[in-house]
Amino acid sequence: MWSPTQPIVAMKDVKKSYGDFDVLKGISMDIMKGEVVCIIGPSGSGKSTLIRCINALNDIQHGSITVEGQEVHDPGLDKRILRRKVGMVFQQYNLFPHKTALQNIMMAPVKVLKEPRAEVEERARALLKKVRLEGKENSYPGELSGGQQQRVAIARSLAMRPDIMLFDEVTAALDPETVKEVLVTIKELAADGMTCILVTHEMGFAKEVADKVYFTDRGLIVEEGHPSEIFTNPKDPRTKAFLSQIL
Amino acid sequence: MNVLSDYFRDLAERSPRWDFVWLYDGSATDRILSGLWVTIQLSVICVIASLVIGFAGSMLQTSRYRIARLFVSGYLQIFRNTPPLVQLLFFYFALGQFTPSYSPDGWTQIPLISNVGWAAISLSLFGAAFNVEIFRSGLEAVPNSTTEAADALGMSRWLIFSEIQFPLALRVCLPALSSNLINLVKTTSQAFAIAVPELLYQSASLWNDHPATQNPTMLLLLVVYVGLVGILSLGLRLLERRMRVPGYGG
Ligand SMILES: Nc1ncnc2c1ncn2[C@@H]1O[C@H](COP(=O)(O)OP(=O)(O)OP(=O)(O)O)[C@@H](O)[C@H]1O
Ligand SMILES: [Mg+2]
Repeated sequence: MWSPTQPIVAMKDVKKSYGDFDVLKGISMDIMKGEVVCIIGPSGSGKSTLIRCINALNDIQHGSITVEGQEVHDPGLDKRILRRKVGMVFQQYNLFPHKTALQNIMMAPVKVLKEPRAEVEERARALLKKVRLEGKENSYPGELSGGQQQRVAIARSLAMRPDIMLFDEVTAALDPETVKEVLVTIKELAADGMTCILVTHEMGFAKEVADKVYFTDRGLIVEEGHPSEIFTNPKDPRTKAFLSQIL
Repeated sequence: MNVLSDYFRDLAERSPRWDFVWLYDGSATDRILSGLWVTIQLSVICVIASLVIGFAGSMLQTSRYRIARLFVSGYLQIFRNTPPLVQLLFFYFALGQFTPSYSPDGWTQIPLISNVGWAAISLSLFGAAFNVEIFRSGLEAVPNSTTEAADALGMSRWLIFSEIQFPLALRVCLPALSSNLINLVKTTSQAFAIAVPELLYQSASLWNDHPATQNPTMLLLLVVYVGLVGILSLGLRLLERRMRVPGYGG
């Protein structure tokens, strides 16, 4: 049995390849409940692949990933049960374009968890308020800005009451002014104690909210540690090169 | 009897090419109306069946089983690349010979599938062949990333299909679907060739009996088809409008 003193997400020597191209070459990380973890690294280093393995959107060829003690890549596991515990937000929002903001948020709790509609609606309205989108309940995604859509997407994930949230470059498609409003939402979430795993290029944000930063390069974790160490005193030359380019 | 029928009775006598016989002769009216009724029934059956078969076909097209995919693509090749009239004749005359018949009284032999039945089958398959491709293109237009988001929310395959993929695909393919269904309704008139007593058949047999009614009846045919197609396309247009989503699609 898993208890909160053990890692909520534990990866051990995870390897994955597409054909004979190795994307992940042995990744290990332990993430505790309530931690905020940022994964940084150059484009193509496997960050998206890594984060998508945690909710089994990608499969792996070697190693193990457990979420709350449950092996994710156990072929007998019902992935849907895993995905109720692990929420995910994507770079391109991926809202359902034919549903309003409120309907987007309510769909999974009503249809998947079979919760009473009235209860879910109350929760959905509260979530919209939390992401500062009061009054946008009946707007369709096409009528919302990128930043607003992304906050609806975050609310949609939260409506399932996940234990862990995955964010894959969720501000990469936004313009600089709207980046901030999304980051504020995530920051509040982190402050509420949600376990967050983020792939991000927002180094300032990582510095401020992360408990731990992982630097990945070519399918390996090159360096890990508290943001104060990684950003001010990187040890590996690859981290140094990357940070000097980006900062 | 009544002013209108008296007028047309009189007109028929004065100008022998303009005999609106179905406006004053009850038996002629009945022939036209029964033809119209058969056309409407045949259209409704073919539209519904072509939607069901088309949908099933588009599902089979993405089946895991190669044999199912081959079967569908063979079907599409045959039905999309031959004239519907030839298909009708083939079904009725070629396949019709091999269908079993039964004898209600011990003397006559009645085939299990009548000419009306064959027309419904062959026209449905004709319309469905195009619907398969239309549905498929609609489903392909739904981005993978959208279904992946639903997947990440723990939705089942069926939920993803019924709540996300299908409603989005339908919006994309409604315009193409409309024009195919309209085409199908017009094509039901070709059932004339196998003596299905639909509107064109009844009209032609009427002007064979009363040559003076040929002009008015042809006019009537045009008007009725414009009306039928108009109703269908209006309905589909309303559906399109109802399903339109602000900021999505055209
Ligand atoms: N489905 C796939 N098939 C084949 N190769 C893939 C596939 N998905 C990703 N890759 C490859 O795996 C490598 C890692 O991809 P990934 O998307 O994880 O990188 P990333 O670190 O997220 O990059 P970015 O910062 O640009 O998003 C890339 O070289 C990519 O080309
Ligand atoms: Mg990526």
